Amino acid sequence: MIGIVDATIHAGNFSLNNFSIEVQRGEYAVLMGQTGCGKTSILEAICGLRKIHSGKIYIQGTDVTNFPPGDRNLGYVPQDLALFPMLTVQKHLEFAMKIRKVASSIIADRTRYMSDVLGIDHLLSRRVQGLSGGESQRVALGRALAFEPSVLLLDEPLSALDEKTREEMQSLLLTIKQTTGVTTLHVTHNAKEAESLADRHFRIENGSIVS
Amino acid sequence: MSPSESSPRSVQLVPRRRSDAPFFIVMGGISACFVLLIVLLVAADLAFTSFAEFRSALAKPEIQAAFRLTLLSCTVAALLSVFIATPLGYLLSRYRFPGRFVIDTIVDIPIVLPPLVLGLSLLILFHLPIGSRGWELESWLRDEVGFQVTYRWPAVILAQFTVACAFAVRTMGVTFDQINPRAEHVARTLGCSRAQAFLRIALPQASRGMIAAFTIAWARALGEFGPILVFAGATRMRTEVLSTSVFLELSVGQLDAAVAVSLLMVCMAVVVLLVLRWLGTGLTT
Repeated sequence: MIGIVDATIHAGNFSLNNFSIEVQRGEYAVLMGQTGCGKTSILEAICGLRKIHSGKIYIQGTDVTNFPPGDRNLGYVPQDLALFPMLTVQKHLEFAMKIRKVASSIIADRTRYMSDVLGIDHLLSRRVQGLSGGESQRVALGRALAFEPSVLLLDEPLSALDEKTREEMQSLLLTIKQTTGVTTLHVTHNAKEAESLADRHFRIENGSIVS
Repeated sequence: MSPSESSPRSVQLVPRRRSDAPFFIVMGGISACFVLLIVLLVAADLAFTSFAEFRSALAKPEIQAAFRLTLLSCTVAALLSVFIATPLGYLLSRYRFPGRFVIDTIVDIPIVLPPLVLGLSLLILFHLPIGSRGWELESWLRDEVGFQVTYRWPAVILAQFTVACAFAVRTMGVTFDQINPRAEHVARTLGCSRAQAFLRIALPQASRGMIAAFTIAWARALGEFGPILVFAGATRMRTEVLSTSVFLELSVGQLDAAVAVSLLMVCMAVVVLLVLRWLGTGLTT
């Protein structure tokens, strides 16, 4: 599960005060709100990339408020994807497992499985430059999911895609939701996207969160 | 009102016959002034000396020793510069910490300081008596460590490094400024420590910048003269580098030899620039 309890975030010229969010284990939650209202800041706070002013953050029941980002066991797909320019697609999928010193046979199995689920097995030897928007999105998703994190955080994953790719990605996210059962928090401003994916809805309105 | 009256006024499209030639003549003419100056400088050197004179100057054992010391000292100074500039440039580019502005300014001091002042400062640093017993860095290095610096080859490298490193830090700072830090952030969420994110994600992307920093540091070290003269002296066969050779040959009235050494330095600079540019294009970022 993901739990934010009584948290306050200051970022730039806005702040979110004393808000709480709880996503149960295996749930797919969607967080909506206008551009610039702090959705990304919430995801960054859960990741540990942004300090919270007060409150607590829980992942799988553990208080991770003071944990470094790498110890929170979560997969993060930022809006700009931030793929690694020097690495191949295969290295992206293996990255988190190699950092965790997972056995190479397991790494090979997981990489094969993820590339199969995401439909990127033909891209494994390629570098990320020159991949299409949809392909890049799949690689970022694979990189975040390959090490079987307990939580997946998606920051507007479909916003930069054309309509056809968006539909493909949406059904891919549904497949992932059903096959992995990973607890997911998905940030978007698209109501249709939220409707088709979400078990639970949150919305940021006037600096507070309503569910 | 008829449709033709209500539609926008129809105009016969005629290309305006304006030539771009004046633009290129003026811009090219201004640019050519500088390029021409450099070409004329080298051409004048070439015209002044002959190949035979060039060969006889380079056959001198003093100049050959200076050539070897120059190659070695510039390379060591440039390697040291990149080694120091990479972490320093990264820290200055990525983090906002108390005292950052002060450190950023200190790094620029060797760039703006007059070369002779820098040499003098190095000399004073190594010979300043400290405390009641008059502890001195140079004496300690000479007597306790057995590694004399002043007026020896290490002084040449240290003098070159002090200036070259400042330029390398600036180059590495710009390099890391241009690399998106988001990839390092994501790497940290995937399990990397800050050190792993730097080594696995930022550093491989900075390889071209490191080559550029090495080139700039090497070129700066090659041209270094003032600090070397003050801190390392100009002893033939011991602390003489090619820039010192030009000065020494000029001071004894050997203009031919001075020009020959100058041409040798031009050749070295061109070869290093071409090799590193070729290496740089072989890497993809």
